[in-house]
Amino acid sequence: MENLSVDNLLGIKYLNSNDLNLIFKTADNFKEVINRKIKKVPSLRDVTIANLFFENSTRTKLSFELAQKRLSADVVNFSSTGSSVSKGETLIDTVNNIISMKVDMVVMRHPSPGASVFLSKNIDSCIINAGDGTHEHPTQALLDAYSLIEKIGSLNNKNILIVGDIMHSRVALSNIFAYQKLGANVTVCGPKSLIPKDIESLNVSVNTNFVNALKHCDAVNMLRIQNERMSESYFPSVREYVQQYGLNKNILDSLDKKIVVMHPGPINRGVEITSEVADSDQAIILDQVENGVAIRMAIMYLLAAKLK
Amino acid sequence: MKPKKILGSNEISTILNRLSFQLIEDHNSFENIVLVGIQPRGSLLAKRLTLLINNHLKSNDLKVGYLDITFFRDDFRRSEKILKANSTSLDFLIENKTVVLVDDVLFTGRSIRAALNAIQSFGRPLNIKLLTLIDRRFSRELPIQPDYCGTQVDSRLNEKVIVNWKENNDEDSVYLIKNN
Repeated sequence: MENLSVDNLLGIKYLNSNDLNLIFKTADNFKEVINRKIKKVPSLRDVTIANLFFENSTRTKLSFELAQKRLSADVVNFSSTGSSVSKGETLIDTVNNIISMKVDMVVMRHPSPGASVFLSKNIDSCIINAGDGTHEHPTQALLDAYSLIEKIGSLNNKNILIVGDIMHSRVALSNIFAYQKLGANVTVCGPKSLIPKDIESLNVSVNTNFVNALKHCDAVNMLRIQNERMSESYFPSVREYVQQYGLNKNILDSLDKKIVVMHPGPINRGVEITSEVADSDQAIILDQVENGVAIRMAIMYLLAAKLK
Repeated sequence: MKPKKILGSNEISTILNRLSFQLIEDHNSFENIVLVGIQPRGSLLAKRLTLLINNHLKSNDLKVGYLDITFFRDDFRRSEKILKANSTSLDFLIENKTVVLVDDVLFTGRSIRAALNAIQSFGRPLNIKLLTLIDRRFSRELPIQPDYCGTQVDSRLNEKVIVNWKENNDEDSVYLIKNN
């Protein structure tokens, strides 16, 4: 059996559909493992992994660390606050120093788009992108697609809607690539000011009418409004955003069919999605979190097999 | 070398019957015994034996499960090929039970070593026994021997024992082939 076509996980853009299916198939096995009473397997006991988080994260960091520990890898954690980064050390120097301590794999989150691609060209180690600025967040897209397939089966010819801050969201871009590689049609929806100008070049449809767009989809991924990445105001007020693009129970019930509701977290309850919807049986938000560990175990297992 | 047939379907049927009676002879009741087939190749054997034993005893006491050992193998990152996992399904508790590990061929003993580790994720069994259809003598790399054995085969290291089951290959048979 063939392994992945890549040696690093920098973005979904670089994967093919065989890679995606191999990751999903391996994740099935790990999902069974993490539902055992004893959730640990010894596969990566001779692998050391560094988690470098140059930006805040709760879910992703925790999920990666749990995945690593369940694979029996040795883990070191680094966050930029309180490190030598504030003394002016460059990214390559920081990472090379860490790799000199015999680290086999680097999981990195960084606020600059393209940071992990840049790093992969300059250092000799296996790199997993855990989110680079507004660019890609491949493991999130993989767990989103995996959770959705688990719920509705093959995504071939399914219509998937991504709503919200498409411009600042790395989840959106990775999601678009992943769904398209699995044969789905992707539509994005949100205020015009938050939709990138040339998004059609990715073969994505744009629909700014939220309710109309919902009528034509099988699943919707509600993105978070990323206030921390906005240097200016992209919409008049949160209240207006909620009125136009917030998902509530009334809208959901008015649709002809039961669509699946996803959210990458953290949720702004009452903004992009109401509590009632987030906690309803149509939402698979907590399944996404559970599957996140299995997906990350699968990726690290498959990439570790390629380590020299 | 032409593949050499070691066992045909009649012989396999006799062996399976004998193994099932050996298990019955050694255990008064099957309430606290489970058969665990090692995935993928031990599963069908475990399933067959379970059916035979339950038929002989006219009961459904004996339970069968399937254990995948991929993540416990000691050759991860040591071979070119990616180790592909199979599913595990153990729908019962093994705590304080007798677990009979079932595999088709016992060769180096490394799979069984992995299985002994893997089974611990599901509890602490009272004891563990090993049943194999074929025991390739003189090729062990670990101190592991079967408690129940179909037949012993003397083979060279460059040979391979292939077990076919009619569920997958139209016939029950065992062949010895040269490994390229």
